[in-house]
Amino acid sequence: MPWTREQMAARAAKDLQDGWYVNLGIGIPTLVSNYIPEGISVTLQSENGMLGMGPFPFEGEEDPDLINAGKQTITELPQTSFFDSATSFAMIRGGKIAMAILGAMEVSEEGDLANWMIPGKLVKGMGGAMDLVAGVGRVVVVMDHTNKAGESKVLKKCTLPLTGKGVVNKIITNLGVMEVVKGGLKLVELADGVGEAEFRAATEATLVG
Amino acid sequence: MKKVYKDATAALDGLLFDGMLIAAGGFGLCGIPELLIDGIKDAGTKNLTVASNNAGVDGFGLGILLQTRQIKKMISSYVGENAEFMRQYLAGELEIEFNPQGTLAERMRAGGAGIPGFYTRTGVGTVIAEGKELKEFDGKVYVLERGLVADLAIVKAWKADPSGNLVFRKAARNFNPPAAMCGKVCVVEVEEIVPLGSLDPDHIHLPGVYVHRLIQGKHEKRIEQRTTRKRAS
Repeated sequence: MPWTREQMAARAAKDLQDGWYVNLGIGIPTLVSNYIPEGISVTLQSENGMLGMGPFPFEGEEDPDLINAGKQTITELPQTSFFDSATSFAMIRGGKIAMAILGAMEVSEEGDLANWMIPGKLVKGMGGAMDLVAGVGRVVVVMDHTNKAGESKVLKKCTLPLTGKGVVNKIITNLGVMEVVKGGLKLVELADGVGEAEFRAATEATLVG
Repeated sequence: MKKVYKDATAALDGLLFDGMLIAAGGFGLCGIPELLIDGIKDAGTKNLTVASNNAGVDGFGLGILLQTRQIKKMISSYVGENAEFMRQYLAGELEIEFNPQGTLAERMRAGGAGIPGFYTRTGVGTVIAEGKELKEFDGKVYVLERGLVADLAIVKAWKADPSGNLVFRKAARNFNPPAAMCGKVCVVEVEEIVPLGSLDPDHIHLPGVYVHRLIQGKHEKRIEQRTTRKRAS
């Protein structure tokens, strides 16, 4: 059985290290906060201007001045700090955020990432994704291995406009885990019950090692 | 010089002209200058270019000025919440210049800080860098982005004193300080103007030098995505 969304998020959370400042994207990456390992202290950054993001508020306690980058109402923690957008992206661009975990439409074997635009379709914008992938210490992509038509999203070259070139370090999909290395992608882990032949068949990118 | 005005119309008087560039604070619907947006709607100023991270929603925030067709062009990082925006954009009636969010914030900050351009890694190797100067520093390639100076900045803060010193509240700070900095003129709306001397000088988020006109008023503060968790019973 391929991993579920929750299992992919739990797998991504295993890479977190104590003391890290981390930015989680919208979708499956947001679920990672539910699986932070015991004994590991991680501070979540929200790029609209907050460090130390807490859980959703209880009903009736929503504050319109307290939202995350997905515009959802959230809460603060004892260690929370607020700052403006220029300061927020200074810490992102300046490499102070250890890791970003993001969703993707396509990833290439050279670590190129496409996750903001499908030409001819609705164009919504890149938000903070281009700044994040250009600036943070490590970029981890969490996504389904194939699209709805069953085509691989792990490609030799991205077909969609890029969010960043050569920026991805690790890819976690419902089928397994890959590291971006010289010459292609290295398969480091298969999802429970997924065979290597099945994994290779679903992967267009070059697998090495 | 007196900075406090009685309402948005009075505070905007003499500052608006067709075709101008306005920088607006706010992220989504959080910390947006609701009262000044209404004031610009009432003034009917046309062909505006608006630099703002988002474009509001249908019927609220900058969505109001889209509905009245006062905006010609948006400079934004994300505009996905607005059906009227999409309709006008797909019909070719509205221009959009996408800026990465951090690049937009830094363009405003730099413009206000007298820095006409800066190099950033953001967008290198993407359509964002096309047609812009690239330069290598220490083995890495960077793209030149321009500082942004707006004819007018419209900003929302929580509290102000009559000298224009501002305090923001929680995540509603967002783009408001950099937007304020980049305006040739900056008009600010707050929830409360407090007496001079009642704000701790060590706790001012934006000093009054950036603030030219000030109004106080009641804010709707609409929530875009109300998300909650259940109480353990």
